[in-house]
Amino acid sequence: MIHVEAPGLLTTVQDLGRWGHQHLGLAPGGAMDADAARIANLLAGNDPGAAVLEITLAGPRLILESGTWIAWTGAPSAITLNDADLPGWRPVWAPAGSRLSWGGLYRGCRAYLAVGGGIAVPLILGSRSTDLRAGIGGLGGRPLQAGDRLPIGAPRRTGGGPRGSAFWPDWWVRNDAPPPGQPVTLPFIPGPDWQTLPNWAREALATGAFRVSPRFDRMGLRLSGPALPAPTGPERLSAGVTCGTLQLPPDGRPILLGVDHQTTGGYPVLGTAAGIARSRLAQLRSGDAVAFRPLPIGAAQALHRRHERNIRRLAVALEMASPPDGALKRSSE
Amino acid sequence: MKPAARIAPLGDCALQITLGTRLGDATNAKVHALARRIRDAALPGLRDLVPAYTTLTLHYDPQTWTHDTLCRALTALLAAQDEVADASAPPREVCIPVCYGGEYGPDLMAVATHAGLSADAVIQRHTGVLYRVYFLGFTPGFAYLGGLDPRLAMARKATPRARVAAGSVGIAGAQTGVYPQATPGGWQIIGRTPLTLFDPARSPPCLLAPDDRVRFVAIEPAAFDGHAGAP
Repeated sequence: MIHVEAPGLLTTVQDLGRWGHQHLGLAPGGAMDADAARIANLLAGNDPGAAVLEITLAGPRLILESGTWIAWTGAPSAITLNDADLPGWRPVWAPAGSRLSWGGLYRGCRAYLAVGGGIAVPLILGSRSTDLRAGIGGLGGRPLQAGDRLPIGAPRRTGGGPRGSAFWPDWWVRNDAPPPGQPVTLPFIPGPDWQTLPNWAREALATGAFRVSPRFDRMGLRLSGPALPAPTGPERLSAGVTCGTLQLPPDGRPILLGVDHQTTGGYPVLGTAAGIARSRLAQLRSGDAVAFRPLPIGAAQALHRRHERNIRRLAVALEMASPPDGALKRSSE
Repeated sequence: MKPAARIAPLGDCALQITLGTRLGDATNAKVHALARRIRDAALPGLRDLVPAYTTLTLHYDPQTWTHDTLCRALTALLAAQDEVADASAPPREVCIPVCYGGEYGPDLMAVATHAGLSADAVIQRHTGVLYRVYFLGFTPGFAYLGGLDPRLAMARKATPRARVAAGSVGIAGAQTGVYPQATPGGWQIIGRTPLTLFDPARSPPCLLAPDDRVRFVAIEPAAFDGHAGAP
């Protein structure tokens, strides 16, 4: 069990989403930064799709009631494990009774905590993800609250650290987040209404003239910048949309959809960020500049396949490194 | 001349097939027939199949398909669509009991006044149609229905209500629909059904599915209370 002392700003249970129900109006949801969630799971010895905690902007305070492997990834954060600074992107053995204290996220928007065995809330329609709008999944379809207790599944990786103390190896997985202070570039497949925009508008979107407004959540991010002219022509009929779709409502302020997007939308569609851009999209927060870089679909899909190959390689490498170097040797001395 | 289907990428993990540009029963029926054909073909790597008025959106795994290979696989299914009569079972008809007016339908009189009809005539026209579920969206279990009597069409309320009860039956423009969950909303509410439209513990979780036919049936308040809790 994990005991929640303080819930953080918005902490939810997420896996890789509730697919197969969009025709009924259910968003796929799942971890916004699915790459970070998958890597956290691999580091903690889990299947990549195990349920993790998604932490938004400011993190929770948690007590791990039994000894367990954990790993955190995603946005750089100030975290302590029993008052010692806890580095991310690596497996960590946390002994029973460990207190995990999450401060704010330095930059980026979402961090992920995986626990060996995964968060074992019930499967709802095939997923453990919290869908806040539908009020299902996770813990009663809501964010964590103080006093909650989260069940943990049976871990695949056994063994632990030496003599009940915390342990982590001196290697880590590289986090390829973009450097701070520049527009975040999202590879982007132009859609039907991209060509209807005047040149200056396409230029503005491609060069980072738009910033994330304070109105952003898992459903979508409102962008602010020069008002774009609404595309002309007949009113659009509602049609399917997806995570990364860039919509242009009549007020000229684009909306970039997140994983909890409505399954269909009626606004003109300027295009959709490529799959490999979703991790960056997930880490956008208010004030960040965004640049949409048009990319041919063939090139985007080739990058996507390469990215997935890299994740599979990482999974194999971590499997070979498991148990993380030194841990078992020292505990059996 | 058959209008050609248009396939366009929706990012690199989804594509959209457009079968027409006009909202109507004929194009929407083609959308559902194509969806059935694709489901029956059991193509691997498809994550979601989302019908809308005139489009079908496929969410796919770009490790299984490239945009081009999936387009090629779909071409055959699209051709079959025009040649082969749809041999599937007739659409499912779902009966939705509705208590019209009073506390359940606070805007019934406004709709009647707007239409120049009596309240009873509004109910008669609203229950006298076999509606088509064009598609589901907006929120889990919410069905976009086609077939509302044009006489009943009425704009949304100028100021939305802070809370519309689950099961509320409303009118917005030329659309009618049922709110699956209690939400804020601006539709003209003419009645309420005791049925639960979305229940994640139920299989399937939604009362309605794309391409269903829906008939509203007027019930009395006593019957509403007797019904409450039924699926």
